[in-house]
Amino acid sequence: MENTRDTIAAISTAVSESGIGIIRISGPCAIEAADLLFCSPGGKTRLKEVKSHTIHYGFICDPEGHVIDEVLVSVMHAPRTYTAENTVEINCHGGVLAMQKVLDAVLHCDRYQKTGKGQEAGERARKSDETVHVRAAAPGEFTKRAYLNGRIDLSRAEAVMDLIEAKNEFALRNSVSQVRGSLFRVIAELRGKILYQIAHIEASLDDPENLDFTPHLPEFREDLSAWRNTLKRLILTAEDGRLAAEGIRTVIVGKPNAGKSSFLNLLLGQERAIVTEIAGTTRDLLTETIHLQGMTLLVTDTAGIRDTDDTVEKIGVERARQSVEEADLLLWMVDSSVPLDENDRSIAALLSGRRSIILLNKTDLAEQTGVEDVRKMVRDNVVRSASAMKKSKDTEPESLTQIIPFSAKEGTGYDAFVRMLKDLFFHGKLSWNDEVVITNARHKLLLEQAEDSLERVSDSLDAGMSEDFFSIDLMSAYESLGAIIGEEVGEDLADEIFSRFCMGK
Amino acid sequence: MMSTAVLEEYVDVAVVGAGHAGCEAALACARLGLETVLFTMSVEAIAMMPCNPHIGGSSKGHLVREIDALGGEMARCIDHTFLQSRMLNRSKGPAVHSLRAQADKAAYSSRMRQTLEKQEHLQIRMQEVTEIITDEKNTLTAVKTVSGTVWHCKAAVLCTGTYLNARCIYGDVSVSTGPNATQAATHLTESLRQHGIEMYRFKTGTPARIDGKTIDYSKMTRQDGDVPVIPFSFETDPAEVQIDQVPVYITHTNEETHAILRDNLDRSPLFSGEIQGTGPRYCPSIEDKVVRFSQKTSHQVFVEPQGRETDEMYIDGMSSSMPEDVQVRMYRTVPGLEHARIVKMAYAIEYDCINALQLKDTFEFRAIEGLFSAGQFNGSSGYEEAAAQGLYAGVNAAMKILGRDPLKIDRSEGYIGVLVDDLITKENHEPYRMMTSRAEYRLLLRQDNADLRLLEKGYQTGLVSEERYQKFLKKREQIAEETARVKKITIGAGQEARQFLESVHSTPLTTSATLAELIRRPELNYRILARLDPDRPNLSEEVQDEVEIEIKYEGYIERQTKQVKQFRKTEHMKIPETIDYDLVPSLRNEARQKLKEIRPSSIGQASRIMGVNPADISVLLIYLKR
Repeated sequence: MENTRDTIAAISTAVSESGIGIIRISGPCAIEAADLLFCSPGGKTRLKEVKSHTIHYGFICDPEGHVIDEVLVSVMHAPRTYTAENTVEINCHGGVLAMQKVLDAVLHCDRYQKTGKGQEAGERARKSDETVHVRAAAPGEFTKRAYLNGRIDLSRAEAVMDLIEAKNEFALRNSVSQVRGSLFRVIAELRGKILYQIAHIEASLDDPENLDFTPHLPEFREDLSAWRNTLKRLILTAEDGRLAAEGIRTVIVGKPNAGKSSFLNLLLGQERAIVTEIAGTTRDLLTETIHLQGMTLLVTDTAGIRDTDDTVEKIGVERARQSVEEADLLLWMVDSSVPLDENDRSIAALLSGRRSIILLNKTDLAEQTGVEDVRKMVRDNVVRSASAMKKSKDTEPESLTQIIPFSAKEGTGYDAFVRMLKDLFFHGKLSWNDEVVITNARHKLLLEQAEDSLERVSDSLDAGMSEDFFSIDLMSAYESLGAIIGEEVGEDLADEIFSRFCMGK
Repeated sequence: MMSTAVLEEYVDVAVVGAGHAGCEAALACARLGLETVLFTMSVEAIAMMPCNPHIGGSSKGHLVREIDALGGEMARCIDHTFLQSRMLNRSKGPAVHSLRAQADKAAYSSRMRQTLEKQEHLQIRMQEVTEIITDEKNTLTAVKTVSGTVWHCKAAVLCTGTYLNARCIYGDVSVSTGPNATQAATHLTESLRQHGIEMYRFKTGTPARIDGKTIDYSKMTRQDGDVPVIPFSFETDPAEVQIDQVPVYITHTNEETHAILRDNLDRSPLFSGEIQGTGPRYCPSIEDKVVRFSQKTSHQVFVEPQGRETDEMYIDGMSSSMPEDVQVRMYRTVPGLEHARIVKMAYAIEYDCINALQLKDTFEFRAIEGLFSAGQFNGSSGYEEAAAQGLYAGVNAAMKILGRDPLKIDRSEGYIGVLVDDLITKENHEPYRMMTSRAEYRLLLRQDNADLRLLEKGYQTGLVSEERYQKFLKKREQIAEETARVKKITIGAGQEARQFLESVHSTPLTTSATLAELIRRPELNYRILARLDPDRPNLSEEVQDEVEIEIKYEGYIERQTKQVKQFRKTEHMKIPETIDYDLVPSLRNEARQKLKEIRPSSIGQASRIMGVNPADISVLLIYLKR
């Protein structure tokens, strides 16, 4: 249950092309938190000492003192702020990834207290028994606070509630859909194992004359260290930007020379984009992360799909097909300067039932293939796999597949492409904005909470504490992981105990 | 037609049912000065233990201690009538130490009956209550008995246990009786339904009782009680409970037992569909265990005495509803039971109970003012769960009549709080049993500190005497003083300390340390350190235990205390009883329905309802602020 006394933070403006965005911190220790992270050029300005409603130039640094981003910080004391609470707004300049890093730093400001710079704040925090702590804002939470603190007109109450509901549903849908696939499986499996051990412990505490957990301790220790390694690995991937960059899984398909790489270059050149190149963990395909007007694309460029007998290439094709299976969006590059052939037909078949955009590239050259040719090929293939269509939620084939004449060379069709992307995924209503970043920051925090809980389990074991102490921390880890994949805890434990363990007396 | 004169009686409170819930409810009301009638189907069945012969155990022992701290009777009663006592989980942390006593069933019943009889303002009446009577505002005005007598009352507490439309079944035998062949109550359900109360049908079961003379104990493992015995009640003098204890015996089922059961599954009323009610998964019948845990080749069986005045032994772990021939053969496969003669057959029992989501957090029905309920009737299971609820409902009925604030216990204050909250907030599809894992703040909810947590509340309601309260205040002060003292006392790294620490295999000090720091070492404890602590005051065992726990587990306790602080914030945000959820805009449909059904009393409770998500809570907060 979210608490209205906490200090909260989030990226509060939609991430724009310019790469400038604002991180808002609101709550009782907003200013202290910002003070911990902020370094003025002369090193003298302390945000907690400055006047209300003033702006300061400086840097946000990590706990070791390395600069994360160059910023302007506004400090506003309660009550004359949007939320009527102490508020700090950090204007970042370094683009999306830097913003995420700054937000991350804010959410981990308690780490600063352990090091030199924050010592003083840490001392004071200890004295007052409240550490400086900031958590990720829930969707719509700033607005909610503004309302609860009487900053918004009462007559607007219903609108606010609608907003919160819409945002929440959106974020929830998002956060759950983001952790599909392998991450979902890893977390679900881990939770299953943790729950089994909790059930084992609780069943034995409940029925000590029948069940004893103690002989299983060595085995449990091994499990615990394996779980912690899994979590640490996941947290690391989040930190180097991969998890944080989870977005629309986009697969580019098309024959060789259709212009896939020039299209990618166009995206990179047009945008102040952040690109990370990583080798796919399960297949030798390159996945690039592209931030595009606030959206995140995870672009996989397939090696080119065509029928082949060559064994090595066959594996590559298989992998390409597999990544197509997991894709949120297919981008089919068609070379308009050559006629369509059998290879294109097999690619068209892949489109059935999927969201896809067809880019009819090289319109700057003499046309051999037109929009109608492509449409016909798609229609033929969609008819062929009509059953696949029925399974899809969007029943209109036209709503799933769009064709855009394009020239990577001249840049024509680019705006239409971005518009279509927004339409396809957000129906033009919601911009792909802060929620996604929050969701990711939230995921990482939850992973860290889970790992912290498991660390406490480990500490308890080392201190010779019995299982009734650490099973409570195991449950916390289970809950944190559940929050990532959107599952409520409910009666899980009781169900597990009764189904797995035969209770006696 | 002859005219019949309807007899009319006037009381403050009518308690329906004299099981463990009814006894506590009636005693609480009468002790608070209210004229109380306690109805029972049979005076011989007062405080009957129709199933297992023990009180306490994991988490249930906690409930008994809490009942005692609130001024209830169960703890005192068992302290005077137990046969054997053990503290379970002694090798684990103090939060899961659980006291469990084997009871002399007849002695327990008889002592409770005497307590009721001696109680001022309390009358026992052997009669079936058949109807509840309400006025036009749906406020309870009276209950009616089978003879037509109308008992006018200001409140009633329904504690009908397993008696409502009860049916006992084994094999083809199905009889409409209550537990232990008592008469079932067959009218009240209909009256409750007519008043719009939603009923469930639950099921439970009990094993056979076997003639002790026919048991060969030499083939079993003997289990003795603890020495010394620790009493349940904070008021019982420990010296009084050091009695000659009676042993329990342990044996096991085997493949042969299981084969007999498997071969006859089609004859079990559970599997044939003859039994419709929902049974508890935590207390499966032996045939259930064999089916659900088919990989287990043996199940543990406890052979337990039922009392000093009887040879009957209770076969714990082998409840069943199999036909007679299967039961006889199956029990005789168990080592030590080869020649066993059954005195009472094992049977399953089906009964009517309610969907407890219809209750407020005082256990008063939302739909009927003045009507309260407790115990198995509320969908729980177990003597201790019943007694705890009976006390809670009884006190709250009394508080209502007296125009005083209700007794409330939240999840961070007691297992009773967890029990009440779970019953009224969560959908419950089987008899609810207490477990320590249900208490999220269990490190604070220990059996040793039940008085520190709840005695104040007992005193406020008036069930705890001034004398007992003063004694308690003194104890609390001693704990605080001694805890503070051991944190201040420093032990030097000198010769004496070194020698002592080495003698107990603890690392010698290099610099001085506080006594508290030494207590926290796993190999040391408060008592052993008396050697280094010459100025230690003379304190009771209880106080010493408490000081040790508070020091040794300080880190864990602090963490939970912080969590409790968070929890209380939302728990204290109240939702007005009059709220109309149809007027709250933007609630999702599922949430709206759940909120309308459960009608939580606080934002905290609302957030624990399955199907109410954080967005709904935000919406609700904003609406309430408006």
